[in-house]
Amino acid sequence: MAIEINGKTFETDEEGYLTNLSDWEPGVAEAMAKEDDLELTDEHWEIINFLREYYEEYQIAPAVRVLTKAVGKKLGKEKGNSKYLYALFPYGPGKQACRFAGLPKPTGCI
Amino acid sequence: MAGAEFETPELTEFIEVPKLEEGTMEHITCFVAKPEHQEPLGFPGEKVENWKEVAIDKMGDLLSRYRSFQVFLDACVKCGSCTDKCHYYLGSKDPKNMPVGRQDLLRKVYRRYFTFAGKYFPKLVGAADLTDEVIDEWYSYFHQCSQCRRCSVFCPYGIDTAEISMAAREILDSIGVGQKYCNEIIGKVHKIGNNLGLPGPAIEDTLEGLEEDVWDEDEVAVKYPLDVKGADILLVTPSADFFAEPHVDGLIGYGKVFHEAGVSWTLSTKASEAGNFGMFIGSYENMRRVSLRIREAALELGVKRIVFGECGHAWRVAYSFLNTLAGPFDFLDPDYPVPQHICEFTLNEIEKGTLEFDKSENDDMSITFHDSCNVARATRMGDKPGGQFDIPREVIKAVVNNYHDMEWDTIHERTFCCGGGGGLLTDDLMEVRVKGAKPRMTAFKNVMEEKGVTHLAAICAICKSQFTKVFPYYGMDMFQIVSVHQLVSNAIVLNRKTPPEEAPGYGEDDDDE
Repeated sequence: MAIEINGKTFETDEEGYLTNLSDWEPGVAEAMAKEDDLELTDEHWEIINFLREYYEEYQIAPAVRVLTKAVGKKLGKEKGNSKYLYALFPYGPGKQACRFAGLPKPTGCI
Repeated sequence: MAGAEFETPELTEFIEVPKLEEGTMEHITCFVAKPEHQEPLGFPGEKVENWKEVAIDKMGDLLSRYRSFQVFLDACVKCGSCTDKCHYYLGSKDPKNMPVGRQDLLRKVYRRYFTFAGKYFPKLVGAADLTDEVIDEWYSYFHQCSQCRRCSVFCPYGIDTAEISMAAREILDSIGVGQKYCNEIIGKVHKIGNNLGLPGPAIEDTLEGLEEDVWDEDEVAVKYPLDVKGADILLVTPSADFFAEPHVDGLIGYGKVFHEAGVSWTLSTKASEAGNFGMFIGSYENMRRVSLRIREAALELGVKRIVFGECGHAWRVAYSFLNTLAGPFDFLDPDYPVPQHICEFTLNEIEKGTLEFDKSENDDMSITFHDSCNVARATRMGDKPGGQFDIPREVIKAVVNNYHDMEWDTIHERTFCCGGGGGLLTDDLMEVRVKGAKPRMTAFKNVMEEKGVTHLAAICAICKSQFTKVFPYYGMDMFQIVSVHQLVSNAIVLNRKTPPEEAPGYGEDDDDE
């Protein structure tokens, strides 16, 4: 599978995750969101950027609690919870947001 | 997103036995493991050329290794007791999801190649050749079994479909046709140490965050130690406890219990996974490799006890197989069970009187308990029969005011699977998961309506994740699932105050705000 952006091809796996993390550019997130009928707002980008920064440091997506805490610190306590994240990413912050951010899919009992 | 459209079953007043509809689930498949998922587990990267020969040899190998396997294949008399007991059949109407139907997919091949009648008069005894189509059918239907063993409770011969399912997956792996979900995960355990692939620094960062959170709430420095040599207790818990919700709320609870009990404990990066997917794929060798990590960690850290966190199949492997897989554990303190379940630990402390609770902290909820299959039907807890049913319930009742059980024939050893166990907790099997959840959803909805129950508590990481996902399909809220030790965490009163210098970040400049 693959996505096309302005004639450039980005390879994805069978679940729609980017095969090469380093291929990622903002347009990838935009294109993936469009396929899921979502429009990316600044709020979405806050999350996507945080995921990418965290991944760079720890080689894994942040735990849900780590993410909600970071969001709470940055955007205010009322937004630091999973409900807020699910409102932004209906398929789940762990999976959908990671996909948009070009991160591999988290695996396991989650 | 992966997965085709499907219809969510409608919940009825009772769990009804549906009329058969052939082939409703034959389109189901799941992503096949790639060479990079297969090879580190010792399996061929892709379907081997002489797959038929290899598969039959493997079946012969398993028959010689596991007497139970042969007995299960020989003993069935088609009495029909199991036919209406599988949640996947009840939710999908597909007769191949009846336990006997599922077993027969393998039994017909066994008869063809391993029995006299099947070799010479195959048609008379329902024997069939092993073909590509049979392999595809196995791949589909043996990934529609959560190995929950409910059917075996009702089988007069005790035939265990889970073992047949495990054998089928082992045969598939041996010819290079593995399941991506399970095998990728097992590879991560071998390489990194846990199902999620969380490296040590990420676990450390997460645990530090938990210490801060508990401090912010209670001003008590509850510790979540990692790799502490000389600690008394090694806690082995599913890596989902570090990562997901409501799992992590349970982990917070374990830490508070250990704190109040005044014991020294530690987590381990090497043994940062309680789960053992080696069991799901029937691979003794992989199950053993995963288990040995726990032994190594216990020896390196010099602990005296091993306690397991809330994880269903982990507890089966731990309780039933750990000693033969990774034992002997003669270096641990013989005064304690090896291993011990966290619910057992907590109940002991409750009985000793070391823990104080304010149950009203949970008054916004009314709870019921979901018995997880592997705990209910494959293990025990404590020293009395039925401890695996009673102990978690006693813990819950000690910390909540409102508790009601679901219908008697849907709990204890008759419990219905959440629908996502046994290696099916993957998005590409969402249809199977949603349909298989139907019986449990029916019982839960009934107890909600009849008793005012609001939340379902569980002690299994897979169950918790599965309910989070399937509740919305049935019109419920994803946050209606809670960890048992989350309830403990809410109610526990932290009486053991800590000196200020133990606070997280003590002495550091506060440059966050």
